[in-house]
Amino acid sequence: MSATTTLEGVATLEEHADAPGGAAQAPGGDAVEASGGSPEAPKSPPVAKRRPRRVRALTLDDWLSLGGSVLASFALLYVGYLHLLDLSGTVGFLVCWYFVFLAVYGVVVAIANPRHIVVERLVAATLYLVAALVIFALASTVVYTFVEGWPAFRHLNFFTHDMAGVSTSAPLSQGGILHAIVGTLIMVGIAVVVAVPLGIGTAVYMTEVRGPGSHLIRTVVEAMTALSDILAGLFVYALLVVGFGLGKTGLAAAIAIAVTMLPLVARASEVALRIVPGSLRQASEALGATHWKTTWKVVLPSARAGLVTAGILAIARGIGETAVVLVTTGATSFFNANPVSEPMTSLPLFIFTAYQTHQPEALKRGFGAASVLLAMVLLLFVVARWIVRDKSGGERSRLLIVQRLFVRNVDDGETEQ
Amino acid sequence: MTIDLLPPIGSGRQAVPRKLTSVRERSDRVFHGAAGAIGMVVLAVTAGIGLYLGYQAIPTLRHYGLSFFTQTQWLPELDRIGIAAVLVGTAEVALVAMVVSFPLALGLALFVSDYAPKWTKSWLVSAVDLMAAVPSIVYGLWGFFLLQPHAILVARWLSQYLGWIPIFQVGTDPNAAVWQQSRYTSSVFIAGLAVAMMTIPLATAVMRAVFDQAPIGEREAAMALGGTRFGVARTVVLPFGKGGIIGGTMLALGRALGETAAVLIIISPEYIIKPRILEAGTQTVSALIAGNFGNATKSQLTALLAAGFVLFVITLAVNSAAAVIIRRSRSGLATEA
Repeated sequence: MSATTTLEGVATLEEHADAPGGAAQAPGGDAVEASGGSPEAPKSPPVAKRRPRRVRALTLDDWLSLGGSVLASFALLYVGYLHLLDLSGTVGFLVCWYFVFLAVYGVVVAIANPRHIVVERLVAATLYLVAALVIFALASTVVYTFVEGWPAFRHLNFFTHDMAGVSTSAPLSQGGILHAIVGTLIMVGIAVVVAVPLGIGTAVYMTEVRGPGSHLIRTVVEAMTALSDILAGLFVYALLVVGFGLGKTGLAAAIAIAVTMLPLVARASEVALRIVPGSLRQASEALGATHWKTTWKVVLPSARAGLVTAGILAIARGIGETAVVLVTTGATSFFNANPVSEPMTSLPLFIFTAYQTHQPEALKRGFGAASVLLAMVLLLFVVARWIVRDKSGGERSRLLIVQRLFVRNVDDGETEQ
Repeated sequence: MTIDLLPPIGSGRQAVPRKLTSVRERSDRVFHGAAGAIGMVVLAVTAGIGLYLGYQAIPTLRHYGLSFFTQTQWLPELDRIGIAAVLVGTAEVALVAMVVSFPLALGLALFVSDYAPKWTKSWLVSAVDLMAAVPSIVYGLWGFFLLQPHAILVARWLSQYLGWIPIFQVGTDPNAAVWQQSRYTSSVFIAGLAVAMMTIPLATAVMRAVFDQAPIGEREAAMALGGTRFGVARTVVLPFGKGGIIGGTMLALGRALGETAAVLIIISPEYIIKPRILEAGTQTVSALIAGNFGNATKSQLTALLAAGFVLFVITLAVNSAAAVIIRRSRSGLATEA
């Protein structure tokens, strides 16, 4: 009997310990019953054998009350909503289901738990739902775009032809979006060549050089990050296209995209540079490296992952720019690889014009273009994630860089002698 | 009896700290000069947008005077131009987006920082980042073709049961057997939902970053006192992250005010001050610019630039306030040794 009391003591203790995590431990109780009946229980107390309890894990009791509440609320609503009240509508049903579920779940949890656990469970249920809702919205966007874009993907000419001489209402077997794909690549390519060096240079000026006005630049850049893209487009349109007579060309659009990218790149690279430990800079300077060498060989390589991510995210943003391209270049149906003359269309602009026609075939093409656009963004995204994931490698390479700098300096000294 | 004291140190001549001068190497001088030049170029470009828009807005504002802000119509042919209705429409779309996205963003940020199982955390962060990277035109298509057929049912329900509140009124009979679906489409409500898809990731990212910085010691102390996860969130994480919550929301508001492509796809332009957010037709500043610049004459273009300048000033104010609040909320971001 003494063993039983001890075990019970342990069980109650565990229940207390569990209270914050909200898991009433069932196995403890089971063990008491099992060992109480058998005579050899005191020899091998089951307490010692048990694996360490998983903190925060849901017990069977928790799972059952959760699942039971889901089923009960569904059944209640099935009868009440669809039959007694004779209501209809999927959205309404789901919303009501959620509230009925919360009520049922609250009552079920309250049977065996104190009030703060009930609140905790209800909040957790709400937060899980919020996360599920947002992920569902995102997934529905991606899946819907690809599903709607699929018919266009089955025609090879969709990728190899332009729309020159093809009516917007023509079937999918004619015409394609080659001109928009090439246009996007050229525009974003030029924008990246302009914006990324400028952005990283600004970030270097703000964090490394800290020259006069760096605080002002940081404030302005930060404020411009969330600036409406159409204003950048309008600025370039009024200043370059109309003012300087550049005309509606791919170059104008590329410059406008670069203007929208600039604050983004500068800000993100500044964050990447700021998390480079100051000790690395000091180590480098203490070894006698100049400021330029410190920045070029220690700081920038250390922040490489962050800088590349900044660039890629800016590209992803630039690829999707619609308003800017709409303002600065016209929609064309023909292939044009020359950014300085004639308008050049891009994928978002193609989608927008396709949408404006409101014709089923044009819409299919628009969704096909949207799928291509989304696939590009996804690809960039996977690449960015893959680069960031290589964190340990980054750490090691950073050490190597400092070593190499040191060794290089020694080498230089030796060769000079 | 007098005691001879040594004169106090430095009383004879003022102690002046020795001036330290360091001459940088030539490579460094070039480097600093070049970085400074790049910084100035970027400053000129980014600040130039505002200055240029402001400069271009002067003739329009002088020509129309205060009526530019009180006139609702946008009729360049009749020389009647004003942004009253457009500003209200912009604010309405942004507010709907905020009302929808604030609870979702706050919940998601808290979920990611405190509730999500560990292995899902990095995936959730990526999903939020991906959500921010999806082009706005894709959200526009999604909102128009996928969301709208469902959203108008919700809109009709709202107008049926909450129609006595002016903002939920629709200028048609919601209880009619054959209800006029077209009165519920292309509304502020649906545009706001699509814009919310773009503001949620922005706000979530800022909030989560601040929540993650909540002091671990205080978290563990709250846990050790027997607090639940919600208890920890309520007493430690949320108070600590207040600045991030406000700042992230304002940053999202700035984005919502300037959103163009998705709004342009969803709304049907209408130039009246309309509090009825469920009813078809509205206009925002950015959609006005995108829709009208194409066939604008020189003077009409300056009118659009003036409208853009007003939007610029509003977003700049919102963003700057957000930036200040976020910066105050976190400390030790830089790991300067």
